[in-house]
Amino acid sequence: MANAALDPHAAIATTASGAPDRLTTADGRPLVRALARSQSKARRRAFLLVAPLLAFILITFVVPIGQMLQRSFHNDGFSANMPQISAWFAETPAGTVPDDAAWTALAADLTASAEARSIGVVGTRINYDLAGSRSLFTSTGRKVRRGIEPPYRDALLEMDEDWGDPQLWSAMRGASSAVTGNFYLAAVDRTRDEAGKIVQVEENRRIYVTLFWRTFWLSGLITALTFVLGFPIAHLLATLPMRKSNLLMILVLLPFWTSLLVRTTSWMVLLQQQGVINDILVWLGIIGDGQRLQMIYNQTGTIIAMTHILLPFMILPLYSVMRTINPSYVRAARSLGATSWTAFRRIYFPQTLPGLGAGAMLVFILAVGYYITPALVGGSSGQLISNMIAMHMTDTLNWSMAAALAALLLGAVLALYWLYDRLVGVDNLKLG
Amino acid sequence: MAVPTYATPLERIWHYAYIAICAAIFFFLIAPIVVIIPLSFNAEPYFTFTDKMLEFDPEGYSMRWYDSLLTFGMTAPDGPRDLSWWGDAWANAKWVQAAKNSIIIGVFSTILATVLGTLAALGLSRPEMPFRRAIMAILISPMIVPLIITATGMFFFYSNPCELLTLFGLDPQCGRLAGTYLGVIFAHATLGIPFVIITVTATLVGFDQSLNRAAASLGASPRRTFFRVTMPLILPGVISGALFAFVTSFDEVVAVLFIAGPDQQTIPRQMWNGIREQISPAILAVATLLVVFSIALLTTVELLRRRSERIRGVTPH
Repeated sequence: MANAALDPHAAIATTASGAPDRLTTADGRPLVRALARSQSKARRRAFLLVAPLLAFILITFVVPIGQMLQRSFHNDGFSANMPQISAWFAETPAGTVPDDAAWTALAADLTASAEARSIGVVGTRINYDLAGSRSLFTSTGRKVRRGIEPPYRDALLEMDEDWGDPQLWSAMRGASSAVTGNFYLAAVDRTRDEAGKIVQVEENRRIYVTLFWRTFWLSGLITALTFVLGFPIAHLLATLPMRKSNLLMILVLLPFWTSLLVRTTSWMVLLQQQGVINDILVWLGIIGDGQRLQMIYNQTGTIIAMTHILLPFMILPLYSVMRTINPSYVRAARSLGATSWTAFRRIYFPQTLPGLGAGAMLVFILAVGYYITPALVGGSSGQLISNMIAMHMTDTLNWSMAAALAALLLGAVLALYWLYDRLVGVDNLKLG
Repeated sequence: MAVPTYATPLERIWHYAYIAICAAIFFFLIAPIVVIIPLSFNAEPYFTFTDKMLEFDPEGYSMRWYDSLLTFGMTAPDGPRDLSWWGDAWANAKWVQAAKNSIIIGVFSTILATVLGTLAALGLSRPEMPFRRAIMAILISPMIVPLIITATGMFFFYSNPCELLTLFGLDPQCGRLAGTYLGVIFAHATLGIPFVIITVTATLVGFDQSLNRAAASLGASPRRTFFRVTMPLILPGVISGALFAFVTSFDEVVAVLFIAGPDQQTIPRQMWNGIREQISPAILAVATLLVVFSIALLTTVELLRRRSERIRGVTPH
């Protein structure tokens, strides 16, 4: 109210109505309410413009990803098809030696599941935790369909002695509830032992943690490389006269606009053992024809191609910040006796940090989730976590595992994105 | 970038070294794209320059890989090149089909992304927009979230889009979106939207809201104000956003691999298959055509940007 009283128009309204704390509009409504109404109307209008797109993105993007992530902790392949033994697991503590009730429940469930032809699903679910056990379920399923007589323990062990394996029972216990954290444990190379304690998996099966580290380490390296290559270019473009820099800018923007697959293909062509670069090196006599370098289908290939592809994402933000740096600061530093190196280090470089931060975070975020380039040029040592997710989606069909890995990757990316938004602001993103 | 007169000899050396370094980096940026162009005219099925090519012998060059783009998949590729031959190419050639699909999907997803994205950008650039920052972050996120995660999520959702409704106790029956053009168009529109939002909001930063008020005070309806005042001013931004969205769709392969059916073979998918199975110089011919295409797009966008800056009176950069 105090602010409204300072407004000259409000003052007129005050004299007209005669009541100093109840300002009204011309048609007699209280001014505060009229203002609030018009503001909420404006807010509603603005929101209505955004609403269709927001709904579209929520339905086609946010909800699907949420649904997919649900699979990372929810898998009822075992529990839905094996209800009796699942109930037995729920009643007994971890590590209980299976008793008669357990064997009876198992035999009944196996029979029912084999009849319903869902035994494959059950076996697949256990197979995720204990490799090789799918065939145990399917072969036993075939046998129990021909009939099974009590005592069930002996009958099942007769069919396959693997049924007595404590690891199998531990895996079944893990799968007996639809909601499970086991896929996340597996995604960080952990598992539960027979007593239900969390332990590391055997040394030769620890792949995911290594892969996460490799993804982050390679992304960091690529970010550093784009910085080393991008900084001089951005500086040159920012200090050249407009006409020349616009011309050179095309050399940065053309790769940016060129298809990702085209750029990846060119690197495959260039880096092959019978490719252009090796040919030139042999022709120059730097290497012999027999010692052609293996620069592709390994980490080197991934690093070179991704650095090239992501370089414009570093140059563009750096350039837009460097353009705004006033050159007289550096000149002032020089006139006060600083060497050119000191002037650069103490005066120029600190002013480029906002652009550097924006570019580095963008490159890192994009690199962490890269899939196509590593898949094509990475060989086996240049694969990233995205490629593992794709493998679980299309080859092993372990969708829950893919979802758990995706959830961890997404968590990391969103954390970085949040940081980017706080430090740079998403509305400051510029393209070309 | 001239060397100042007071520069020490060391600084002079460094200056020329710096220019050389920059030239090398520019070479690194552009050479891989340029080198495939002559290689696509190779007469031999190799990925390197043959001796004949280096001697500029016309026999070292040929159009055979471009020709194979047309003939691959045709029922009668060897016949005389009359009208029926071209009809066959138009109807059956694999790369022609892929190009048609890419254009159809690209155009429709661009229209969807541009219309929704421009409306949203108009709303987002109003000062009274509630939760502006959070909503902006959500709308930009398709660009940030790793493509493989997006594609995986879409794979499950598009296989059974009605599954969502079962949460509300409904049990509707509806078709799949996966394996249909509509599904791919939706997916590509989602991926293109961030680019539209970014370019259009950037154009609206310099937009003078009092122009709208002036139009309204002169009696123009909101619709008339939009089409006669706002739209002409933001059009360059809208078009570059649309071009970005189109390129995104035209170059997208991961979502296509996961949700498209055999009918939605696009150029990137065909390239992906070609690269993974057996890479032939025909891929380089496609790549060259795509490079030419991106040069055309880049030129358009640059011209638009300059025009937009001129109209709005914003000094470049």
